[in-house]
Amino acid sequence: MSVTVYVPNDSSAVSLGADRVAIAIMAEAKKRGIEIDLIRNGSRGLYWLEPLVEVATSAGRTAYAPVQVSDVVGLFDANFIEGGHHALCLGLTEELDYFKKQQRLTFARVGKTDPLSLDDYIQQDGYRGLSNALSLAPADIVKRVTDSGLRGRGGAAFPTGIKWNTVLNTPSAQKYIICNADEGDSGTFSDRMIMEGDPFVLIEGMTIAGLAVGATQGYIYLRVEYPHAHIALNSAIATAYQADYLGDNIQGSGKKFDLEVRLGAGAYVCGEETSLMESLEGKRGLVRFKPPLPAISGLFGQPTVVNNVISLASVPIIMDKGGEYYRDFGLGRSRGTLPMQLAGNIKHPGLVEVAFGMTLRELLYDFGGGSASGRPIRAVQVGGPLGAYLPESQFDTALDYEAFAAIWTVLGHGGVVAFDDTVNMAEMARYSMEFCAIESCGKCTPCRIGSTRGMEVMDEILNGQDLAKNIPLLRDLCNTLLNGSLCALGGMTPYPVLSALNHFPEDFGIHDTANVA
Amino acid sequence: MSYSGATQSIVQTITAALKDKPGALLPILHDVQNALGYIPAECVPDIASALNLSRAEVHGVISFYHYFRDTPPGKKTIQLCRAESCQAMGGKLLEEHVKATLGIDFHETTADGQFSLEPVYCLGNCACSPAMQIGKDIYGRVSTAAFDAAINSTGESA
Repeated sequence: MSVTVYVPNDSSAVSLGADRVAIAIMAEAKKRGIEIDLIRNGSRGLYWLEPLVEVATSAGRTAYAPVQVSDVVGLFDANFIEGGHHALCLGLTEELDYFKKQQRLTFARVGKTDPLSLDDYIQQDGYRGLSNALSLAPADIVKRVTDSGLRGRGGAAFPTGIKWNTVLNTPSAQKYIICNADEGDSGTFSDRMIMEGDPFVLIEGMTIAGLAVGATQGYIYLRVEYPHAHIALNSAIATAYQADYLGDNIQGSGKKFDLEVRLGAGAYVCGEETSLMESLEGKRGLVRFKPPLPAISGLFGQPTVVNNVISLASVPIIMDKGGEYYRDFGLGRSRGTLPMQLAGNIKHPGLVEVAFGMTLRELLYDFGGGSASGRPIRAVQVGGPLGAYLPESQFDTALDYEAFAAIWTVLGHGGVVAFDDTVNMAEMARYSMEFCAIESCGKCTPCRIGSTRGMEVMDEILNGQDLAKNIPLLRDLCNTLLNGSLCALGGMTPYPVLSALNHFPEDFGIHDTANVA
Repeated sequence: MSYSGATQSIVQTITAALKDKPGALLPILHDVQNALGYIPAECVPDIASALNLSRAEVHGVISFYHYFRDTPPGKKTIQLCRAESCQAMGGKLLEEHVKATLGIDFHETTADGQFSLEPVYCLGNCACSPAMQIGKDIYGRVSTAAFDAAINSTGESA
């Protein structure tokens, strides 16, 4: 009888040695004449425990973590294949507090299943959403997504159903679905986890989107920095074609949807939807003016849905269980769940999918366990490199789009990067300007030139030069970027810069807070 | 470096296979860089004429994207993350160590041609910061000692 052992193939787990652990387990099993059915699953998202090895036992899946190659012989000696006691044994995986306290809707299968097995996907409730969608009129699919209250998870939080409705009602012979998988924000990895850990859910979501708006071609615009996700997506797409979940006749319905992965080439700005479309068209990723909206004139001038990976991956469960089911999670205008990503200087980094409404403090301490270094957490950047830095006094803010907007911060794509008290926030502000200068597409002047001038002003501030002149100059420059930029890159770089200045003026050499404003 | 017939033939084969795709230029450039390690300036006219673009347009695209390079890389390319999460976990000290150990700055190649060093702004490995990638291999929680061990082992296998 063979034993099922799970060793994640998630690239973060691999970065900590998961491949070597998998090889060692198989070699040791062979030596002992034990038959092991090895499954390379996605990650459960408890990254401080990776590589997290699981064994299927009669009681459920038992976790051993973190496992290094040197632990493997000892695990066999302890009879881990039957859930035997060992110092690394953590008990049942799904009883682990960090996992149990979450509400996993979009990530329901990630870490549980074999990501590349269509059978596994279907057994675990996959393609039920598509099956429902195939029996509905396009407008009814759109209505269900609208009813769910789903808002764009890429960062802008625009209601997904409204976007789809515009594309549905714009007549055209050719429409497109684009998945924005250019997850460039530091501190974010939820898109990567979905694509590596449950690629079929994204394919299903895009197929449903195609049926909803009448689009027959989809593109996943994937960042080149994600080679593991590229392999997983291509493999899952090929399987989906073979099983008629993609192609000219989806499940015998006569409906058509084709899907292809296209790689970006290291430009952060291509995560902006119009720049992304320029890139897909084979051009420099210059941001377009809006209007026209992509929903009316998008890729190759045709009506186009552009949605983030998490938005599209949330569609199957909405179509399966209904808009109300999803909407009942969350609060106010932030409905459903948001997969938060804990990163940076944090003791327990990982993926935390919870309903909107939890406070940042609960996330940082109840889940995150405080800083990795053991020093106080001084600042937290939420929402990627264009997100504001929050000081401790703002940690009680609820994770909710409106609550964050009210204090001039953003939830963005749900990335949370913690810094301990060794951070110099003026240096972080300089870095934000530098990042904007490196990544600016160059189309609009405030972003192209303002970011470089911002770096120069920050250099003078860091040298303590003429603060009475330079601080107002920095504010003035940020004002220009904020109001004069064409897209969020220039338009939001002031968020990290000004929040650093406002909350941590002492790092800018300002000790009399009366002068901050 | 001259544009040999063999290289030209690789570029022409790739271009012919992909030129009819909508938005073909990026897929072509990726395949050329995968095959040759970089995109030689000499191949720009071939790509441009196949796609009915000007040479300036093709050059403009190559130069826009950080990932595309027009010079040959070292045997292994090290991508070191400079983004916030890695900075919060000692990324700057690691960066200084990497540059000092290799004796090069970003966008440079070691004199022995072994390693090229490129900055990267996030590998999506932020839960295991600081992160880097050598060739296709990803590394997490990289200490200075772990970096030394990684380049020594890849140096031997290279």
